[in-house]
Amino acid sequence: MAALPYTIVVGLEVHVQLLTESKLFCGCSTKFGAPPNTQTCPVCIGMPGVLPVMNAKAFALALKAAAALNCHIATFTKWDRKNYYYPDLPKGYQISQYDLPLCRDGWLDVPSEDEAEDRRIRIIRVHLEEDAGKSLHDEKAGRADSRIDLNRAGTPLLEIVTYPDIRSPAEAKTFLQELKLLLNYLEVSDCNMQEGSLRVDANINLHIPTPQGIAATPIVEVKNMNSFRAVEKALAYEAERQWGVFQETGRKLGEVPKQTRGWDEHAEVTRPQRSKEESSDYRYFPEPDLVPVTVTPEEIERVQASLGELPADLRRRLRRDYGLNAYDADVLVNQGRSTVHYFLRLADVCGDGKAAANWIQQDVLRVVHERQISITDFPIPPDTLGEVIRMVRGGRLDTPKGRQVFAHLLQHGGRPQEAVDALGFKDVDDAEVQALCRELVDANPKVVAEVRSGKEKALGSLVGQAKKRNPHVNPARVKEICLELIARM
Amino acid sequence: MAISEQEIRKVALLARLELTPEEARLMATQLSRVLEYMELLNSVDTQGVEPLALAVEVTNVLREDRVTPGLDRESALANAPHRDDECYRVPAVLGET
Ligand SMILES: [Zn+2]
Repeated sequence: MAALPYTIVVGLEVHVQLLTESKLFCGCSTKFGAPPNTQTCPVCIGMPGVLPVMNAKAFALALKAAAALNCHIATFTKWDRKNYYYPDLPKGYQISQYDLPLCRDGWLDVPSEDEAEDRRIRIIRVHLEEDAGKSLHDEKAGRADSRIDLNRAGTPLLEIVTYPDIRSPAEAKTFLQELKLLLNYLEVSDCNMQEGSLRVDANINLHIPTPQGIAATPIVEVKNMNSFRAVEKALAYEAERQWGVFQETGRKLGEVPKQTRGWDEHAEVTRPQRSKEESSDYRYFPEPDLVPVTVTPEEIERVQASLGELPADLRRRLRRDYGLNAYDADVLVNQGRSTVHYFLRLADVCGDGKAAANWIQQDVLRVVHERQISITDFPIPPDTLGEVIRMVRGGRLDTPKGRQVFAHLLQHGGRPQEAVDALGFKDVDDAEVQALCRELVDANPKVVAEVRSGKEKALGSLVGQAKKRNPHVNPARVKEICLELIARM
Repeated sequence: MAISEQEIRKVALLARLELTPEEARLMATQLSRVLEYMELLNSVDTQGVEPLALAVEVTNVLREDRVTPGLDRESALANAPHRDDECYRVPAVLGET
Protein backbone atom coordinates (compact mmCIF):
# COMPACT_ATOMS: atom_id res chain seq x y z
CA MET A 1 0.00 0.00 0.00
CA ALA A 2 1.35 3.40 -0.95
CA ALA A 3 2.00 5.69 1.98
CA LEU A 4 -0.81 8.16 2.52
CA PRO A 5 0.01 11.87 2.74
CA TYR A 6 -1.69 11.90 6.16
CA THR A 7 -2.22 9.84 9.31
CA ILE A 8 -5.74 8.66 10.12
CA VAL A 9 -6.72 9.13 13.75
CA VAL A 10 -9.75 7.23 15.04
CA GLY A 11 -11.36 6.78 18.44
CA LEU A 12 -14.35 4.50 18.96
CA GLU A 13 -17.32 4.66 21.27
CA VAL A 14 -18.86 1.21 21.57
CA HIS A 15 -22.08 0.20 23.30
CA VAL A 16 -22.63 -3.46 24.05
CA GLN A 17 -25.68 -5.06 25.60
CA LEU A 18 -24.95 -7.18 28.64
CA LEU A 19 -26.17 -10.78 28.74
CA THR A 20 -28.73 -10.47 31.51
CA GLU A 21 -32.23 -11.91 31.72
CA SER A 22 -33.74 -8.71 33.08
CA LYS A 23 -33.22 -4.98 32.58
CA LEU A 24 -30.76 -2.82 34.48
CA PHE A 25 -33.16 -1.30 37.02
CA CYS A 26 -36.33 -3.42 36.80
CA GLY A 27 -37.41 -7.02 36.27
CA CYS A 28 -38.58 -6.66 32.65
CA SER A 29 -37.19 -9.18 30.18
CA THR A 30 -34.39 -8.15 27.81
CA LYS A 31 -35.27 -10.82 25.28
CA PHE A 32 -34.88 -9.65 21.67
CA GLY A 33 -37.72 -9.75 19.19
CA ALA A 34 -40.82 -9.51 21.40
CA PRO A 35 -43.84 -7.62 20.02
CA PRO A 36 -43.53 -3.85 20.67
CA ASN A 37 -44.25 -2.60 24.18
CA THR A 38 -44.77 -6.01 25.79
CA GLN A 39 -41.66 -5.90 27.99
CA THR A 40 -42.20 -2.79 30.07
CA CYS A 41 -43.15 -1.79 33.59
CA PRO A 42 -43.67 1.49 35.47
CA VAL A 43 -39.91 1.74 36.18
CA CYS A 44 -38.64 1.53 32.60
CA ILE A 45 -41.40 3.65 31.06
CA GLY A 46 -40.73 6.41 33.53
CA MET A 47 -43.86 6.55 35.66
CA PRO A 48 -43.64 8.95 38.60
CA GLY A 49 -42.77 7.57 42.02
CA VAL A 50 -40.96 4.43 40.93
CA LEU A 51 -37.63 3.30 42.26
CA PRO A 52 -34.85 1.79 40.11
CA VAL A 53 -32.79 -1.02 41.71
CA MET A 54 -29.47 -2.14 40.23
CA ASN A 55 -29.25 -5.57 38.60
CA ALA A 56 -26.44 -7.49 40.37
CA LYS A 57 -25.62 -9.59 37.32
CA ALA A 58 -25.26 -6.51 35.10
CA PHE A 59 -22.85 -5.00 37.58
CA ALA A 60 -20.88 -8.25 37.82
CA LEU A 61 -20.62 -8.54 34.01
CA ALA A 62 -19.47 -4.92 33.75
CA LEU A 63 -16.76 -5.64 36.32
CA LYS A 64 -15.64 -8.70 34.40
CA ALA A 65 -15.34 -6.73 31.15
CA ALA A 66 -13.50 -3.94 32.91
CA ALA A 67 -11.00 -6.37 34.39
CA ALA A 68 -10.44 -8.09 31.04
CA LEU A 69 -9.87 -4.68 29.43
CA ASN A 70 -7.08 -4.07 31.94
CA CYS A 71 -8.89 -1.10 33.44
CA HIS A 72 -8.39 0.62 36.72
CA ILE A 73 -11.62 -0.29 38.53
CA ALA A 74 -13.13 2.27 40.87
CA THR A 75 -13.82 1.06 44.38
CA PHE A 76 -16.64 3.61 44.58
CA THR A 77 -18.93 4.24 41.64
CA LYS A 78 -22.19 6.13 41.27
CA TRP A 79 -24.78 6.94 38.62
CA ASP A 80 -25.93 10.23 37.16
CA ARG A 81 -28.83 11.57 35.16
CA LYS A 82 -28.01 12.62 31.62
CA ASN A 83 -30.83 14.95 30.69
CA TYR A 84 -32.13 15.28 27.16
CA TYR A 85 -35.46 15.09 25.43
CA TYR A 86 -36.05 12.46 22.84
CA PRO A 87 -39.26 10.50 22.22
CA ASP A 88 -37.63 7.14 22.91
CA LEU A 89 -36.38 8.30 26.31
CA PRO A 90 -39.47 8.16 28.51
CA LYS A 91 -37.99 9.69 31.68
CA GLY A 92 -36.42 12.66 29.90
CA TYR A 93 -33.06 11.48 31.19
CA GLN A 94 -30.84 8.46 30.84
CA ILE A 95 -29.30 6.89 33.92
CA SER A 96 -25.62 6.85 33.06
CA GLN A 97 -22.28 7.50 34.73
CA TYR A 98 -20.53 10.85 34.53
CA ASP A 99 -17.66 11.72 36.84
CA LEU A 100 -17.19 8.46 38.71
CA PRO A 101 -17.43 5.74 36.04
CA LEU A 102 -16.97 2.09 36.87
CA CYS A 103 -13.46 2.14 35.46
CA ARG A 104 -10.91 4.01 33.39
CA ASP A 105 -7.49 3.73 31.79
CA GLY A 106 -7.47 0.27 30.26
CA TRP A 107 -6.26 -1.24 27.02
CA LEU A 108 -6.88 -3.98 24.51
CA ASP A 109 -4.10 -5.45 22.37
CA VAL A 110 -5.15 -6.20 18.82
CA PRO A 111 -3.28 -8.36 16.31
CA SER A 112 -1.56 -6.22 13.73
CA GLU A 113 -1.24 -7.22 10.11
CA ASP A 114 2.06 -5.70 9.14
CA GLU A 115 3.76 -5.50 12.52
CA ALA A 116 4.96 -8.52 14.42
CA GLU A 117 3.90 -6.93 17.69
CA ASP A 118 0.26 -6.49 18.69
CA ARG A 119 -1.05 -2.93 18.65
CA ARG A 120 -2.21 -1.60 22.01
CA ILE A 121 -5.42 0.45 21.86
CA ARG A 122 -5.96 2.34 25.09
CA ILE A 123 -9.39 2.58 26.71
CA ILE A 124 -10.43 5.91 28.27
CA ARG A 125 -13.35 4.62 30.29
CA VAL A 126 -15.98 1.92 30.64
CA HIS A 127 -19.29 2.63 32.29
CA LEU A 128 -22.66 1.01 32.90
CA GLU A 129 -25.81 2.73 31.66
CA GLU A 130 -29.34 2.04 30.49
CA ASP A 131 -30.52 1.89 26.88
CA ALA A 132 -33.29 4.02 25.39
CA GLY A 133 -36.31 2.70 23.49
CA LYS A 134 -36.59 2.43 19.75
CA SER A 135 -38.18 4.73 17.18
CA LEU A 136 -39.88 2.85 14.38
CA HIS A 137 -40.30 5.03 11.36
CA ASP A 138 -43.68 4.58 9.81
CA GLU A 139 -43.44 4.84 6.07
CA LYS A 140 -47.13 4.10 5.58
CA ALA A 141 -49.34 6.37 3.49
CA GLY A 142 -48.23 9.85 4.37
CA ARG A 143 -48.10 9.34 8.12
CA ALA A 144 -45.59 11.83 9.33
CA ASP A 145 -45.24 10.50 12.84
CA SER A 146 -42.94 8.00 14.50
CA ARG A 147 -43.88 4.93 16.51
CA ILE A 148 -42.10 4.22 19.79
CA ASP A 149 -41.34 0.77 21.20
CA LEU A 150 -40.05 0.84 24.77
CA ASN A 151 -39.10 -2.86 25.09
CA ARG A 152 -35.45 -1.92 24.92
CA ALA A 153 -35.68 1.00 27.36
CA GLY A 154 -33.68 0.20 30.46
CA THR A 155 -31.64 -2.63 28.93
CA PRO A 156 -28.14 -2.72 30.47
CA LEU A 157 -25.39 -1.34 28.25
CA LEU A 158 -21.68 -1.09 28.69
CA GLU A 159 -20.16 1.97 27.07
CA ILE A 160 -16.52 1.52 26.09
CA VAL A 161 -14.61 4.58 24.88
CA THR A 162 -11.16 4.28 23.32
CA TYR A 163 -8.41 6.84 23.03
CA PRO A 164 -7.82 8.03 19.46
CA ASP A 165 -5.17 5.32 19.10
CA ILE A 166 -6.58 3.60 16.02
CA ARG A 167 -4.63 4.40 12.86
CA SER A 168 -6.60 2.89 9.97
CA PRO A 169 -10.12 1.79 9.01
CA ALA A 170 -8.88 -1.83 8.95
CA GLU A 171 -7.51 -1.46 12.45
CA ALA A 172 -10.89 -0.15 13.66
CA LYS A 173 -12.47 -3.31 12.30
CA THR A 174 -9.81 -5.52 13.89
CA PHE A 175 -10.31 -3.77 17.24
CA LEU A 176 -14.05 -4.40 17.08
CA GLN A 177 -13.54 -8.05 16.14
CA GLU A 178 -11.12 -8.52 19.02
CA LEU A 179 -13.44 -6.74 21.46
CA LYS A 180 -16.36 -8.86 20.34
CA LEU A 181 -14.31 -12.06 20.69
CA LEU A 182 -13.21 -11.04 24.19
CA LEU A 183 -16.74 -10.21 25.34
CA ASN A 184 -18.01 -13.47 23.80
CA TYR A 185 -15.37 -15.44 25.70
CA LEU A 186 -16.31 -13.68 28.92
CA GLU A 187 -20.01 -14.28 28.22
CA VAL A 188 -20.53 -10.59 28.91
CA SER A 189 -22.27 -9.84 25.61
CA ASP A 190 -23.13 -11.64 22.40
CA CYS A 191 -22.22 -8.43 20.50
CA ASN A 192 -24.77 -9.21 17.81
CA MET A 193 -24.95 -6.10 15.61
CA GLN A 194 -28.10 -7.25 13.78
CA GLU A 195 -29.98 -7.33 17.08
CA GLY A 196 -28.44 -4.08 18.22
CA SER A 197 -26.41 -5.60 21.02
CA LEU A 198 -23.28 -3.90 19.71
CA ARG A 199 -23.39 -0.36 18.37
CA VAL A 200 -20.45 1.77 17.42
CA ASP A 201 -19.77 5.43 16.70
CA ALA A 202 -16.39 6.66 15.51
CA ASN A 203 -14.55 9.94 15.85
CA ILE A 204 -12.14 10.49 13.01
CA ASN A 205 -9.78 13.16 11.73
CA LEU A 206 -6.51 13.40 9.85
CA HIS A 207 -3.07 14.57 10.92
CA ILE A 208 -1.38 16.12 7.90
CA PRO A 209 2.30 17.06 7.84
CA THR A 210 2.73 20.58 6.42
CA PRO A 211 5.69 22.95 6.29
CA GLN A 212 4.11 24.71 9.31
CA GLY A 213 3.92 21.48 11.31
CA ILE A 214 1.18 18.90 11.72
CA ALA A 215 -2.27 20.16 10.72
CA ALA A 216 -5.29 18.35 12.17
CA THR A 217 -8.58 18.34 10.29
CA PRO A 218 -11.86 18.97 12.15
CA ILE A 219 -13.09 15.88 14.02
CA VAL A 220 -16.16 14.21 12.57
CA GLU A 221 -18.36 11.75 14.45
CA VAL A 222 -19.59 8.98 12.16
CA LYS A 223 -22.79 7.13 13.07
CA ASN A 224 -25.20 4.58 11.54
CA MET A 225 -22.63 1.89 10.83
CA ASN A 226 -24.41 -1.45 10.95
CA SER A 227 -21.58 -3.93 10.55
CA PHE A 228 -17.84 -4.15 11.13
CA ARG A 229 -17.41 -4.04 7.37
CA ALA A 230 -19.49 -0.84 7.29
CA VAL A 231 -17.23 0.70 9.94
CA GLU A 232 -14.20 0.00 7.80
CA LYS A 233 -15.82 1.35 4.64
CA ALA A 234 -17.29 4.43 6.31
CA LEU A 235 -13.96 5.40 7.87
CA ALA A 236 -12.09 4.87 4.61
CA TYR A 237 -14.62 7.07 2.82
CA GLU A 238 -14.53 9.70 5.55
CA ALA A 239 -10.71 9.90 5.56
CA GLU A 240 -10.65 10.53 1.83
CA ARG A 241 -13.46 13.05 2.10
CA GLN A 242 -11.64 14.98 4.83
CA TRP A 243 -8.45 14.95 2.77
CA GLY A 244 -10.36 16.41 -0.18
CA VAL A 245 -12.01 19.09 1.95
CA PHE A 246 -8.68 20.01 3.55
CA GLN A 247 -6.98 20.41 0.20
CA GLU A 248 -9.83 22.61 -0.95
CA THR A 249 -10.37 24.74 2.15
CA GLY A 250 -7.36 24.22 4.42
CA ARG A 251 -9.79 24.20 7.36
CA LYS A 252 -8.34 22.90 10.59
CA LEU A 253 -9.54 21.53 13.90
CA GLY A 254 -11.20 24.22 15.98
CA GLU A 255 -12.13 26.41 13.03
CA VAL A 256 -15.50 24.72 12.50
CA PRO A 257 -17.83 23.07 15.02
CA LYS A 258 -17.66 19.30 15.41
CA GLN A 259 -19.80 17.62 12.79
CA THR A 260 -21.87 14.47 12.96
CA ARG A 261 -22.24 12.45 9.78
CA GLY A 262 -24.24 9.31 9.09
CA TRP A 263 -23.05 6.41 6.94
CA ASP A 264 -25.34 5.72 4.00
CA GLU A 265 -24.90 2.00 3.39
CA HIS A 266 -26.36 2.05 -0.11
CA ALA A 267 -24.72 5.15 -1.53
CA GLU A 268 -21.50 4.33 0.40
CA VAL A 269 -21.04 7.91 1.52
CA THR A 270 -21.27 9.80 4.81
CA ARG A 271 -23.84 12.59 4.97
CA PRO A 272 -24.17 15.41 7.49
CA GLN A 273 -26.72 14.79 10.22
CA ARG A 274 -28.70 17.47 11.95
CA SER A 275 -26.49 18.76 14.69
CA LYS A 276 -27.75 18.32 18.23
CA GLU A 277 -25.47 21.17 19.19
CA GLU A 278 -28.05 23.11 21.17
CA SER A 279 -28.93 20.03 23.21
CA SER A 280 -25.40 18.91 23.94
CA ASP A 281 -25.73 20.40 27.41
CA TYR A 282 -26.79 17.30 29.31
CA ARG A 283 -26.88 18.93 32.77
CA TYR A 284 -25.64 15.78 34.52
CA PHE A 285 -26.41 15.46 38.19
CA PRO A 286 -26.22 12.53 40.64
CA GLU A 287 -29.12 10.08 40.34
CA PRO A 288 -30.83 10.46 43.70
CA ASP A 289 -32.81 7.21 43.40
CA LEU A 290 -29.79 4.90 43.13
CA VAL A 291 -27.23 4.29 45.81
CA PRO A 292 -23.54 4.10 44.91
CA VAL A 293 -21.81 0.72 44.59
CA THR A 294 -18.52 -0.02 46.28
CA VAL A 295 -16.14 -2.82 45.38
CA THR A 296 -13.31 -3.97 47.62
CA PRO A 297 -9.81 -4.59 46.24
CA GLU A 298 -10.28 -8.26 47.22
CA GLU A 299 -13.42 -8.48 45.09
CA ILE A 300 -11.57 -6.92 42.15
CA GLU A 301 -8.79 -9.46 42.57
CA ARG A 302 -11.33 -12.28 42.63
CA VAL A 303 -12.88 -11.03 39.38
CA GLN A 304 -9.46 -10.79 37.74
CA ALA A 305 -8.63 -14.32 38.84
CA SER A 306 -11.92 -15.66 37.48
CA LEU A 307 -11.43 -14.48 33.90
CA GLY A 308 -9.78 -17.65 32.67
CA GLU A 309 -7.68 -17.79 29.53
CA LEU A 310 -8.64 -15.01 27.13
CA PRO A 311 -8.30 -15.06 23.33
CA ALA A 312 -4.84 -13.47 23.28
CA ASP A 313 -3.53 -15.97 25.88
CA LEU A 314 -5.02 -18.89 23.99
CA ARG A 315 -3.55 -17.82 20.65
CA ARG A 316 -0.15 -17.62 22.32
CA ARG A 317 -0.54 -21.06 23.94
CA LEU A 318 -1.70 -22.76 20.75
CA ARG A 319 1.35 -21.44 18.91
CA ARG A 320 3.85 -22.10 21.66
CA ASP A 321 2.67 -25.46 23.04
CA TYR A 322 0.98 -27.02 20.01
CA GLY A 323 3.15 -25.75 17.19
CA LEU A 324 0.33 -24.05 15.29
CA ASN A 325 1.02 -21.16 12.96
CA ALA A 326 -0.60 -17.78 13.56
CA TYR A 327 -3.34 -18.42 11.03
CA ASP A 328 -4.47 -21.76 12.46
CA ALA A 329 -4.32 -20.48 16.03
CA ASP A 330 -6.44 -17.51 14.99
CA VAL A 331 -9.05 -19.61 13.20
CA LEU A 332 -9.52 -21.87 16.23
CA VAL A 333 -9.59 -19.08 18.81
CA ASN A 334 -12.05 -17.07 16.71
CA GLN A 335 -14.45 -20.03 16.81
CA GLY A 336 -14.89 -19.52 20.54
CA ARG A 337 -13.93 -21.16 23.78
CA SER A 338 -15.65 -24.52 23.22
CA THR A 339 -13.84 -25.09 19.91
CA VAL A 340 -10.54 -24.32 21.61
CA HIS A 341 -11.39 -26.81 24.36
CA TYR A 342 -12.25 -29.44 21.76
CA PHE A 343 -8.94 -28.75 20.05
CA LEU A 344 -6.88 -28.98 23.24
CA ARG A 345 -8.36 -32.36 24.13
CA LEU A 346 -8.04 -33.65 20.56
CA ALA A 347 -4.41 -32.53 20.26
CA ASP A 348 -3.54 -34.09 23.61
CA VAL A 349 -5.15 -37.42 22.68
CA CYS A 350 -3.66 -37.67 19.18
CA GLY A 351 -0.35 -36.07 20.09
CA ASP A 352 -0.17 -33.84 17.02
CA GLY A 353 -1.40 -30.22 17.23
CA LYS A 354 -1.13 -29.51 13.53
CA ALA A 355 -3.08 -32.68 12.59
CA ALA A 356 -5.73 -31.87 15.21
CA ALA A 357 -6.08 -28.33 13.84
CA ASN A 358 -6.45 -29.66 10.28
CA TRP A 359 -9.10 -32.21 11.22
CA ILE A 360 -11.08 -29.57 13.11
CA GLN A 361 -10.91 -27.02 10.33
CA GLN A 362 -11.54 -29.41 7.44
CA ASP A 363 -13.89 -31.96 8.93
CA VAL A 364 -15.35 -31.04 12.32
CA LEU A 365 -16.18 -27.40 11.57
CA ARG A 366 -17.59 -28.30 8.17
CA VAL A 367 -20.16 -30.56 9.85
CA VAL A 368 -20.77 -28.05 12.64
CA HIS A 369 -21.55 -25.34 10.06
CA GLU A 370 -23.63 -27.62 7.82
CA ARG A 371 -25.75 -28.77 10.73
CA GLN A 372 -25.73 -25.33 12.33
CA ILE A 373 -24.90 -26.83 15.70
CA SER A 374 -22.48 -25.86 18.41
CA ILE A 375 -19.28 -27.87 18.68
CA THR A 376 -20.45 -29.01 22.13
CA ASP A 377 -23.23 -30.90 20.30
CA PHE A 378 -20.84 -32.42 17.76
CA PRO A 379 -21.46 -36.21 17.88
CA ILE A 380 -17.84 -37.42 17.83
CA PRO A 381 -16.10 -36.69 21.13
CA PRO A 382 -12.48 -35.47 20.88
CA ASP A 383 -11.18 -38.65 22.52
CA THR A 384 -12.73 -40.76 19.76
CA LEU A 385 -11.56 -38.55 16.92
CA GLY A 386 -8.13 -38.44 18.55
CA GLU A 387 -7.94 -42.22 18.23
CA VAL A 388 -8.79 -42.02 14.52
CA ILE A 389 -6.05 -39.43 13.98
CA ARG A 390 -3.65 -41.69 15.84
CA MET A 391 -4.53 -44.52 13.45
CA VAL A 392 -3.84 -42.26 10.47
CA ARG A 393 -0.59 -41.00 11.95
CA GLY A 394 0.53 -44.55 12.74
CA GLY A 395 -0.12 -45.66 9.18
CA ARG A 396 -2.99 -47.98 10.05
CA LEU A 397 -5.34 -45.88 7.92
CA ASP A 398 -4.62 -43.54 5.06
CA THR A 399 -6.30 -40.15 5.10
CA PRO A 400 -9.19 -41.05 2.75
CA LYS A 401 -9.94 -44.12 4.90
CA GLY A 402 -9.61 -41.98 8.02
CA ARG A 403 -12.26 -39.71 6.54
CA GLN A 404 -14.50 -42.72 5.87
CA VAL A 405 -14.11 -43.78 9.50
CA PHE A 406 -14.97 -40.21 10.51
CA ALA A 407 -18.13 -40.28 8.35
CA HIS A 408 -19.09 -43.67 9.80
CA LEU A 409 -18.65 -42.47 13.38
CA LEU A 410 -20.64 -39.36 12.55
CA GLN A 411 -23.54 -41.49 11.36
CA HIS A 412 -23.42 -44.48 13.67
CA GLY A 413 -21.36 -43.44 16.67
CA GLY A 414 -19.31 -46.10 18.41
CA ARG A 415 -15.56 -46.62 18.74
CA PRO A 416 -13.07 -46.13 15.88
CA GLN A 417 -12.21 -49.86 15.85
CA GLU A 418 -15.89 -50.71 15.36
CA ALA A 419 -16.07 -48.30 12.42
CA VAL A 420 -12.89 -49.78 10.93
CA ASP A 421 -14.39 -53.29 11.22
CA ALA A 422 -17.78 -52.24 9.87
CA LEU A 423 -16.13 -50.62 6.86
CA GLY A 424 -14.16 -53.84 6.25
CA PHE A 425 -10.79 -52.10 6.56
CA LYS A 426 -8.38 -54.83 7.53
CA ASP A 427 -5.41 -53.95 9.58
CA VAL A 428 -2.31 -54.79 7.66
CA ASP A 429 0.65 -55.61 9.79
CA ASP A 430 3.53 -53.28 9.07
CA ALA A 431 5.90 -56.25 8.66
CA GLU A 432 3.59 -57.59 5.97
CA VAL A 433 3.71 -54.26 4.11
CA GLN A 434 7.49 -54.20 4.43
CA ALA A 435 7.72 -57.68 2.91
CA LEU A 436 5.38 -56.76 0.09
CA CYS A 437 7.36 -53.63 -0.71
CA ARG A 438 10.65 -55.54 -0.76
CA GLU A 439 9.15 -57.98 -3.24
CA LEU A 440 7.92 -55.18 -5.48
CA VAL A 441 11.20 -53.31 -5.39
CA ASP A 442 13.08 -56.46 -6.27
CA ALA A 443 10.69 -57.30 -9.09
CA ASN A 444 10.72 -53.84 -10.72
CA PRO A 445 14.30 -52.76 -11.46
CA LYS A 446 13.12 -50.34 -14.17
CA VAL A 447 10.92 -48.41 -11.77
CA VAL A 448 13.68 -48.39 -9.19
CA ALA A 449 16.09 -46.92 -11.73
CA GLU A 450 13.61 -44.20 -12.65
CA VAL A 451 13.07 -43.29 -9.02
CA ARG A 452 16.81 -43.19 -8.44
CA SER A 453 17.19 -40.82 -11.38
CA GLY A 454 14.81 -38.44 -9.56
CA LYS A 455 11.44 -39.40 -11.00
CA GLU A 456 9.63 -40.01 -7.77
CA LYS A 457 6.37 -40.18 -9.70
CA ALA A 458 7.38 -43.61 -10.98
CA LEU A 459 6.62 -44.93 -7.50
CA GLY A 460 2.94 -44.73 -8.43
CA SER A 461 3.22 -47.97 -10.32
CA LEU A 462 4.60 -49.78 -7.23
CA VAL A 463 1.78 -48.36 -5.10
CA GLY A 464 -0.73 -49.50 -7.69
CA GLN A 465 0.67 -53.02 -7.70
CA ALA A 466 0.71 -53.12 -3.90
CA LYS A 467 -2.97 -52.13 -3.76
CA LYS A 468 -3.83 -54.83 -6.25
CA ARG A 469 -2.08 -57.41 -4.12
CA ASN A 470 -3.63 -56.19 -0.87
CA PRO A 471 -6.42 -53.57 -1.03
CA HIS A 472 -6.05 -52.78 2.68
CA VAL A 473 -2.52 -51.38 2.53
CA ASN A 474 -1.98 -47.71 3.19
CA PRO A 475 -0.58 -46.19 -0.04
CA ALA A 476 1.32 -43.50 1.83
CA ARG A 477 3.01 -46.17 3.94
CA VAL A 478 3.89 -48.22 0.80
CA LYS A 479 5.41 -45.15 -0.80
CA GLU A 480 7.38 -44.38 2.33
CA ILE A 481 8.78 -47.90 2.69
CA CYS A 482 9.65 -48.23 -1.01
CA LEU A 483 11.52 -44.92 -0.94
CA GLU A 484 13.47 -46.06 2.09
CA LEU A 485 14.35 -49.38 0.45
CA ILE A 486 15.45 -47.73 -2.79
CA ALA A 487 17.54 -45.20 -0.92
CA ARG A 488 19.35 -47.99 0.87
CA MET A 489 20.04 -49.92 -2.35
CA MET B 1 -30.86 39.07 38.91
CA ALA B 2 -29.02 35.78 39.27
CA ILE B 3 -30.23 34.48 35.92
CA SER B 4 -30.70 36.36 32.69
CA GLU B 5 -33.61 36.08 30.30
CA GLN B 6 -31.21 34.69 27.73
CA GLU B 7 -30.25 31.86 30.08
CA ILE B 8 -33.92 31.23 30.74
CA ARG B 9 -34.49 30.87 27.01
CA LYS B 10 -31.65 28.35 26.77
CA VAL B 11 -32.94 26.29 29.69
CA ALA B 12 -36.44 26.42 28.20
CA LEU B 13 -35.11 25.16 24.89
CA LEU B 14 -33.31 22.28 26.61
CA ALA B 15 -36.52 21.44 28.47
CA ARG B 16 -38.56 21.79 25.27
CA LEU B 17 -40.73 24.52 26.80
CA GLU B 18 -42.13 27.37 24.77
CA LEU B 19 -42.25 30.54 26.84
CA THR B 20 -43.85 33.84 25.91
CA PRO B 21 -41.61 36.86 26.61
CA GLU B 22 -43.81 37.57 29.60
CA GLU B 23 -43.39 34.03 30.97
CA ALA B 24 -39.66 34.21 30.37
CA ARG B 25 -39.47 37.39 32.46
CA LEU B 26 -41.55 35.77 35.20
CA MET B 27 -39.35 32.65 35.19
CA ALA B 28 -36.21 34.76 35.34
CA THR B 29 -37.50 36.48 38.50
CA GLN B 30 -38.65 33.26 40.15
CA LEU B 31 -35.59 31.16 39.27
CA SER B 32 -33.34 34.00 40.38
CA ARG B 33 -34.96 33.83 43.79
CA VAL B 34 -34.24 30.08 43.95
CA LEU B 35 -30.63 30.64 42.91
CA GLU B 36 -30.20 33.42 45.46
CA TYR B 37 -31.33 30.98 48.10
CA MET B 38 -28.69 28.54 46.86
CA GLU B 39 -26.13 31.33 47.29
CA LEU B 40 -26.94 31.17 50.98
CA LEU B 41 -25.88 27.50 51.01
CA ASN B 42 -22.73 28.42 49.13
CA SER B 43 -21.73 30.71 51.95
CA VAL B 44 -21.31 27.77 54.32
CA ASP B 45 -17.67 26.84 54.87
CA THR B 46 -17.25 23.29 53.49
CA GLN B 47 -13.49 23.14 53.60
CA GLY B 48 -12.35 19.61 54.47
CA VAL B 49 -15.84 18.12 54.02
CA GLU B 50 -16.04 15.17 51.62
CA PRO B 51 -18.60 15.67 48.83
CA LEU B 52 -21.63 13.47 49.28
CA ALA B 53 -23.03 11.39 46.42
CA LEU B 54 -26.25 10.76 48.29
CA ALA B 55 -27.89 12.09 51.42
CA VAL B 56 -28.19 8.59 52.91
CA GLU B 57 -25.07 6.59 53.68
CA VAL B 58 -26.19 3.40 51.97
CA THR B 59 -24.31 1.52 49.26
CA ASN B 60 -24.67 -1.69 47.25
CA VAL B 61 -28.40 -2.13 47.00
CA LEU B 62 -28.68 -4.71 44.26
CA ARG B 63 -31.35 -7.08 43.01
CA GLU B 64 -31.07 -10.56 41.58
CA ASP B 65 -31.22 -10.83 37.77
CA ARG B 66 -34.68 -12.33 37.55
CA VAL B 67 -37.56 -11.52 35.18
CA THR B 68 -40.67 -10.33 37.00
CA PRO B 69 -44.10 -9.60 35.50
CA GLY B 70 -44.45 -6.12 34.02
CA LEU B 71 -47.32 -4.28 32.39
CA ASP B 72 -49.53 -5.68 29.70
CA ARG B 73 -49.43 -3.56 26.56
CA GLU B 74 -52.84 -1.98 27.06
CA SER B 75 -51.84 -0.68 30.48
CA ALA B 76 -48.47 0.51 29.20
CA LEU B 77 -50.08 2.51 26.40
CA ALA B 78 -53.14 3.64 28.37
CA ASN B 79 -51.91 7.12 29.26
CA ALA B 80 -50.44 7.99 25.87
CA PRO B 81 -52.05 10.98 24.15
CA HIS B 82 -51.43 9.30 20.79
CA ARG B 83 -51.03 5.61 20.17
CA ASP B 84 -51.98 2.75 17.90
CA ASP B 85 -52.49 -0.95 18.66
CA GLU B 86 -48.83 -1.56 19.40
CA CYS B 87 -46.93 1.67 19.87
CA TYR B 88 -46.83 5.16 21.23
CA ARG B 89 -47.11 7.69 18.43
CA VAL B 90 -45.10 10.89 18.45
CA PRO B 91 -44.44 13.66 15.95
CA ALA B 92 -41.80 12.58 13.42
CA VAL B 93 -38.36 12.34 14.98
CA LEU B 94 -36.04 14.80 13.30
CA GLY B 95 -32.30 14.58 13.09
CA GLU B 96 -32.15 10.99 11.89
CA THR B 97 -30.82 10.68 8.34
ZN1 LIG C 1 -39.37 -2.47 33.36
